[in-house]
Amino acid sequence: MDYKDYYQTLKVDKQATQDEVKRAYRKLARKYHPDVSKEQNAEALFKEVGEAYEVLKDPEKRAAYDQLGMNWQAGQQFEAPPNWDAGFEFSGDGGAAAFSDFFESLFGRDQATQNAQSRANPNGPFGASHTHAEDHHAKVLIDIDDAYHSTTRTITLQAPEIDSTGHLVNKQRSLRVKIPKGVKQGQKIRLAGQGSSGLGKGTAGDLYLEIEFAPHAFYRVDGKDIYLDLPVTPWEVALNRKVKMPTPTGTIDVRIPKHAKTGQKLRIKGKGIPAKQPGDIYAMLQIIVPEAKTDEQKALYEKMEQALPDNPRSAMGV
Amino acid sequence: MEKKSFNGVLLDEHMLLNLSEFSRAGAHHTEWIVELVAEGILEPEGNAPDDWLFSTEGLSRAQKAMRLQQDLHINMAGIALALQLMDQLANLQAQLRQN
Repeated sequence: MDYKDYYQTLKVDKQATQDEVKRAYRKLARKYHPDVSKEQNAEALFKEVGEAYEVLKDPEKRAAYDQLGMNWQAGQQFEAPPNWDAGFEFSGDGGAAAFSDFFESLFGRDQATQNAQSRANPNGPFGASHTHAEDHHAKVLIDIDDAYHSTTRTITLQAPEIDSTGHLVNKQRSLRVKIPKGVKQGQKIRLAGQGSSGLGKGTAGDLYLEIEFAPHAFYRVDGKDIYLDLPVTPWEVALNRKVKMPTPTGTIDVRIPKHAKTGQKLRIKGKGIPAKQPGDIYAMLQIIVPEAKTDEQKALYEKMEQALPDNPRSAMGV
Repeated sequence: MEKKSFNGVLLDEHMLLNLSEFSRAGAHHTEWIVELVAEGILEPEGNAPDDWLFSTEGLSRAQKAMRLQQDLHINMAGIALALQLMDQLANLQAQLRQN
């Protein structure tokens, strides 16, 4: 396990006051909050910052962490010395997120997972999902293609249950769920009666599945619309050619407009995600220039140079 | 092993939920939803809580609001402002994509 330098994570000095720690945390939390930040790894950074603050905000935990020694470097192999925390008392209000192994080795699992009660969505943006009454909430990852036709997914869920000996155990179960046609990112599916049977309570709750699209090699989803980059050659543009283009429902032919420029969009109406008013597909044109590899190909470019003596920079006065 | 497969109900944009259904679908306390409505963050149809009907698009909004409160300790007015600015940003980005 790697040693974590919580001071470095929060970018504060080891002598920083509690107020300085708090200010640094608030600033970074705003910066990396997954709802706010556009950074790719915002979620991971946000969690790290949260874990560092969980320790440094609490004078007892901070003192215990400090006495591990000042000589550790972030990333160094680490194992907590035996009885390292003797004499320190922790009265923390465990954080909502699951913390790192490093944190757990120091402050215990209970604190790290106190609120992570139902781990039904290991891939969800915030790790733990919340259970309310006996309802369960989980995310389901589907492919864009699945939104076009109804599909069936097997979903594996983990939920805490009390076993026959009265212990809390994480029970795994799998469910085959039909994903209806036309689902969109963030929509929910309600499965009545498929929540947990409840810890000792009567009626079963509902299971809510939130739809999330798995990233696709070339499609991007925005609501009901789908975007893709469509590479075309200069002569396909100049000669107003028809080219083949993939869509989730199959290959189609599109005609490239004569004066198309890179970055321009072709809208293919109604081919987006199905609905009463179906979405559209937008092909973002990318004009690419094939490399001249052979002498013959080079000669062709030279011929074009002579036959098409346009200067695309004339407007710049050069 | 072929197991029975379950058909769920898709909570799509044509579906309206009352206060208790909406709270359950998002795993929120009804009190929290009432506060969001009072601040104008959620705008259900109907006048009194008993008559409120929410569109399912509000679910992700309520969840975002919850995370902003829990993670950044923002108060209601601050959440409303943050969401409004995020909406504006999203609109601008959508406009950029269309040009």
